[in-house]
Amino acid sequence: MAGAGGGSSDVQWCFSQVKGAIDDDVAEADIISTVEFNHSGELLATGDKGGRVVIFQQELENKSQPQSRGEYNVYSTFQSHEPEFDYLKSLEIEEKINKIRWLPQKNAAQFLLSTNDKTIKLWKISERDKRPEGYNLKEEDGRYRDPTTVTTLRVPVFRPMDLMVEASPRRVFANAHTYHINSISVNSDYETYLSADDLRINLWHLEITDRSFNIVDIKPANMEELTEVITAAEFHPNQCNTFVYSSSKGTIRLCDMRASALCDKHSKLFEEPEDPKQPPLPLLLLLEIISKKKEIIIIIMISDVKFSHNGRFMMTRDYLSVKIWDLNMETRPVETYQVHEYLRSKLCSLYENDCIFDKFECCWNGNDSVVMTGSYNNFFRMFDRAQRRDVTLEASRESSRPRSVLKPRKVCAGGKRKKDEISVDSLDFNKKILHTAWHPQDNIIAVATTNNLYIFQDKLN
Amino acid sequence: MINTMECAVDAQSLISISLRKIHNSRTQRGGIKLHKNLLVSYVLRNARQLYMSEKYAEIYRMQQYEEVMTVCNEIQELNPLDLAEDCMEQSGDCCGNGGGSEPASLCGALLPASHTAAQSAHIQTATACSAPLSLHAEEVCKEPDTSFYRSCCAEPYPVSNCDFSPANGMHCNKTTVLDLDTHVVTTVENGYLHQDCCAPLQQCCQGAQTPAKKRKVDFGYYVTEPEEVPDFTPCKRARFDDFSCLNSDQLDSSNISNLISIFGSGFTGLVSRQADFEQTLNGQFCSTQALASLGAWTRAIVAF
Repeated sequence: MAGAGGGSSDVQWCFSQVKGAIDDDVAEADIISTVEFNHSGELLATGDKGGRVVIFQQELENKSQPQSRGEYNVYSTFQSHEPEFDYLKSLEIEEKINKIRWLPQKNAAQFLLSTNDKTIKLWKISERDKRPEGYNLKEEDGRYRDPTTVTTLRVPVFRPMDLMVEASPRRVFANAHTYHINSISVNSDYETYLSADDLRINLWHLEITDRSFNIVDIKPANMEELTEVITAAEFHPNQCNTFVYSSSKGTIRLCDMRASALCDKHSKLFEEPEDPKQPPLPLLLLLEIISKKKEIIIIIMISDVKFSHNGRFMMTRDYLSVKIWDLNMETRPVETYQVHEYLRSKLCSLYENDCIFDKFECCWNGNDSVVMTGSYNNFFRMFDRAQRRDVTLEASRESSRPRSVLKPRKVCAGGKRKKDEISVDSLDFNKKILHTAWHPQDNIIAVATTNNLYIFQDKLN
Repeated sequence: MINTMECAVDAQSLISISLRKIHNSRTQRGGIKLHKNLLVSYVLRNARQLYMSEKYAEIYRMQQYEEVMTVCNEIQELNPLDLAEDCMEQSGDCCGNGGGSEPASLCGALLPASHTAAQSAHIQTATACSAPLSLHAEEVCKEPDTSFYRSCCAEPYPVSNCDFSPANGMHCNKTTVLDLDTHVVTTVENGYLHQDCCAPLQQCCQGAQTPAKKRKVDFGYYVTEPEEVPDFTPCKRARFDDFSCLNSDQLDSSNISNLISIFGSGFTGLVSRQADFEQTLNGQFCSTQALASLGAWTRAIVAF
């Protein structure tokens, strides 16, 4: 139904748009690496492996077509990062955009932070729809006039022009990270932000580029003792002193910056204990040797952590499941949703083809009632927390007719395959949905396949 | 497109897959991903541990078979009254072959000996196994009748004079049980054929050699990469230092030191962790046999 974030069982999702090349031959530079709505939902930014940022803007709703919300069209495209070379380490620095985070809008311009492995940049995106005309010393096309031909003077005036969107880099935050940046998060004070790499988290001020404060450092004195890395970090949406970071060992640490300058010591530690009755828990990557069967079981770590909009919960995504944690309870998650449990028996093969290292993201809807995450075969999953229902949908060209309703999909784990089900062995593991985003107010979602961006919205009656 | 095989991946293929991943990661754009390589190194370490355990178990089983064969042959050949003296003499021959002269040692120095002679190979077989097996070797020169007696032989196993022909072994239908802690030998008449001891002798030789070779290759791979990125080195080293011990309850320092002396030359990174292999061997694979009920360091030789 209309309204912010209704339950997934009530909502029927319809195809709205698809962006990107149609052909199956995917250029590596076009692979989408991050997707993010801005705070109002009017703008949708994507970053790709080629270092490009593409921003889509939602059109104003068409009064003659009340059945559909505005479409998203390209608003601005710019090259955010270029490939670089670190001469000291003889390492190439990839231009791939790892994360984009919007700043809240303070004036007519929009600001976003985009980061690759090493450098964060603050971009200003501004519109220009007027230009000055009537210069005395310049012709309209820009050529300078011969001063001796000037006989009169006039005051230049602004005249309307075709809308031009400009992106300009306002700040470059460089040289603060030895390891690969995996997260950036803007603080609720709108003045600072954090950037996290594999072993450290730095705190920046948006105005100051030559200095950052290290607030978390888990690098061991002896690198031979390295056992875990930071996989994601985020500021609390309301409390400007609180942030969380997840580790590869499956723990989430909540830190309070008021407690000390260096937040190595956590305020809260969220860790689910192993359940001896269950198969080995999917939070840690380790090999368990079972001598009887001589099997090797591989299990995986947290790839994403996101606070709910109200700041009371946080969601973690590990390879097989999504877990919702109450910030007041550290002992175990309050909700656990299995994303693709049928892959548990395939973990060894997934290790072989590197799929097990895929970092899936997750997102909340506007009122925190539904969570969404991606899977393989261009499937994505939604979990309605209130109604305890889940649905699997597919982003494909076949279901790309305008306003066609998406049909729920089902994967058959084993045994007899029913008519519309897909068997696990037919899943295409090259088609993965790692990045998804949900409009902050409406039921509009952006789902990134390898090189296409699908936009779905709920069916309005 | 995914491989439909179930999770019964064997350790060796996991090791090669992991090594391939590590190798590929060094040439990919953007530098080495610390997280992914940390995970791969964990997988590699554990797969390697499993592989080594299996190899040890196999060697141990071969060793048991051989020693039982030798026991049977010895029993048939020797006058029981001369048994104690012969043991002392033959141990000298054995050690003279390789140079190890310490009674308690496993002829560890024999490890790099030539593999051409069958006896040398078997010596290596004997020494490649865990320390308690050498104790087995010491104790196998026993009277095979039903009476108990304690061994006076404290020398390493007199390998050189033993006949390792499997043919002999096949005809023996006595069960000789040796308790390492009390040095008590029990011989039981039965027709029971223990499957694990059935393997032909050649396998035993190969089994002894390949683990050492494989480990050297493994170690050599990691050692000969001077151009590696500093960020990456720790991931590989971590696997040496951060083993998880499967059965860490009972440790016998003398046995561990024996084991270390065998492998110390080539595996400095693993010296501190030999106990883990030992415990793996004891705890998991021996336990699956009828012998296991005797506890970690108490062993029995079951022959047929």
